[in-house]
Amino acid sequence: MGLLTNLKDSISRVTDGLFAADEPKRIGIYGPPNAGKTTLANRIARDWTGDAVGPESHIPHETRRARRKENVEIERNGRKVTIDIVDTPGVTTKVDYKEFLDHDMEKDDAVRRSREATEGVAEAMHWLREDVDGVIYVLDSTNDPFTQVNTMLIGIIESQDLPALILANKTDLPGSDVQQIANAFPQHETIPLSALEGENMDEVYTKIAEYFG
Amino acid sequence: MPGPTPDVDGDASSDDPGDGVRIDMISGARMEGLTGMEKIRLILDGVRDGNIVILEEGLSPDEESKLIEVTMTEISPDDFTGIEIETYPKAETGDQSFLDKLMGRKSAQKLTVIGPANRIETLHKDENLISTLVSRK
Repeated sequence: MGLLTNLKDSISRVTDGLFAADEPKRIGIYGPPNAGKTTLANRIARDWTGDAVGPESHIPHETRRARRKENVEIERNGRKVTIDIVDTPGVTTKVDYKEFLDHDMEKDDAVRRSREATEGVAEAMHWLREDVDGVIYVLDSTNDPFTQVNTMLIGIIESQDLPALILANKTDLPGSDVQQIANAFPQHETIPLSALEGENMDEVYTKIAEYFG
Repeated sequence: MPGPTPDVDGDASSDDPGDGVRIDMISGARMEGLTGMEKIRLILDGVRDGNIVILEEGLSPDEESKLIEVTMTEISPDDFTGIEIETYPKAETGDQSFLDKLMGRKSAQKLTVIGPANRIETLHKDENLISTLVSRK
């Protein structure tokens, strides 16, 4: 039963890939909270469509629902790729509303924010298994990448055979260590950038076209 | 003095460890016959009772993904804030057979420690060592 189901899924993945080549690819922007996912999503959307995806904030879990920007056409070196950007909530295994109280939030607001955050993370995990064609994994290059969430997420992405681009964000900040991220995930290419300052976006777009085109 | 029961599926309320910390070490053989959701239920039921669960062989990536998803749906203010989970970083393995890759089967043999987020704190982690601090209730 399991064997047959797996075989069916494998064949289905191959045929889906063959017949859906012209459809926009759904590219999920994943990563831990506060890695700069929404800043990146907004940067990409603004550069190629003129619109933003959603509000950015230094408070964790500002993005509590996956937000999508459809039909973003990126042209690079004569190659055009059309993607739907899906900005997802930061993935975590724990959410405690008390952490939001440190950001001058009333308890009711903090509880509501934590509820929305948990729903958003659950939704993001479901999307990752069912609804994305590729992943941009964003990490804050000033933080240690050797966390369990990163290890698990990269493992999950690899198990789905999804093309994945790892971005080492926040290179404009002191303490940024891109090599640390490259060392943590040597099986993947790591691209440095500052989504906030727009640094190295040319290479990011070239890689997006290469990986997801 | 009553000791902890080996029946991790049973009613944990009768196994109150008092001031201690209960650790359930679950063998790969015990997990082998369970479905993904049964494994997740076994883990989360234990963790929500305040126990530390150690899996001899860990979970598959798909099961880890569902564990995060189900954990998120069970978080509630002032009751359950989620889980802390630690496994060794994934080794660069070339031990998957072609058939395993074709069928999407992944080796999940990695010791995994899971506990309530408010009681377990990782002190150190590298390729060979996981050091955690477990607090009492």
